[in-house]
Amino acid sequence: MAMPPSTDPGERVTSPVILACALLAGGLFGFGLTWSTMVRPEIVLGFLMLHDMGLLLVLGSAAGVSLLGFQLIPRLFSRPLFGRTFAEHPSVLNRRTIVGSAIFGIGWGLCGVCPGPAIAGLGAGNWPLVIVVLGILTGAWVEGRFFNQP
Amino acid sequence: MARLQPSWCNLFSNREPFEEPENVASVMTILSHLFPLGWKHYLEGGVTIGLGVTLLFALTGLVGGVSSTYSAVWSFFTSFPFFRQERFVATRLWRMAYAMGLILGAALFVMTLGHGHFEITAVPWWQLLVGGVIVGFGARMANGCTSGHGICGLASLQLPSLLAVLTFLATAILTAHAVHALGGF
Repeated sequence: MAMPPSTDPGERVTSPVILACALLAGGLFGFGLTWSTMVRPEIVLGFLMLHDMGLLLVLGSAAGVSLLGFQLIPRLFSRPLFGRTFAEHPSVLNRRTIVGSAIFGIGWGLCGVCPGPAIAGLGAGNWPLVIVVLGILTGAWVEGRFFNQP
Repeated sequence: MARLQPSWCNLFSNREPFEEPENVASVMTILSHLFPLGWKHYLEGGVTIGLGVTLLFALTGLVGGVSSTYSAVWSFFTSFPFFRQERFVATRLWRMAYAMGLILGAALFVMTLGHGHFEITAVPWWQLLVGGVIVGFGARMANGCTSGHGICGLASLQLPSLLAVLTFLATAILTAHAVHALGGF
């Protein structure tokens, strides 16, 4: 059997199979975000105002399903179907993680939109979210350009 | 005296007034207080999101947080060294495909289970813009957002991600209340 395409860190992912998988998985993600109404800032702000605990149920069920997948799949299979290794989310406990999260929350509380729903909202017809997408792009640029060393 | 409420509070006006429970409150009563708009769609949507993240992981081994996508976009347009790092350049194509999937999946929901119904937000444009800039800055500084830390980080049992989630939930709840009290949306 031919060597599967690499998705290892540092190797450029260009395989059409991987890109098709990402499209399909992103499709499920976007379908779920719209189903759960997380593409509507009004609903997210309703949670942040503590009127409706729906967001916690969405986050909890999404994280719960992913927890099963992330913990079981590497134990059951030696490698992903179309890759060589299972990656890990690179979390580090430092000042940037906590201060950045605190800043992120301030923006989230102001607009009710986080990075995933901003993109999915465009497909769901919630076109003003394009303003959020442009805002996030701007914020990401400022952070990378002035607050970071590569 | 009726308190002046912004229009979106109508969403929650079907809440029943809270009554002192005479006996033990029924599960349904508790659910309707926690989820005045119903709970099923939150669970169904959340499970679908989890399946999407899990599918990406099972098929490719990749971890599908979204906020890195925004930095990866810049790798196409700028030669500034930070954005030319391999972690953006190497992943930018699948991240673009993932983002395209988000858009197409959302559109597919509207056309199928959504019966063509969609909502356009009434949140003022300046809140969307200023909030968006702050979201982008903070999420990239923290190297993760609600999907990166909230879903993938928790699913990887990463303690820093749990602390990140608790931190941004706290500041978001405080900010929403402050903005609301100051007359914002």
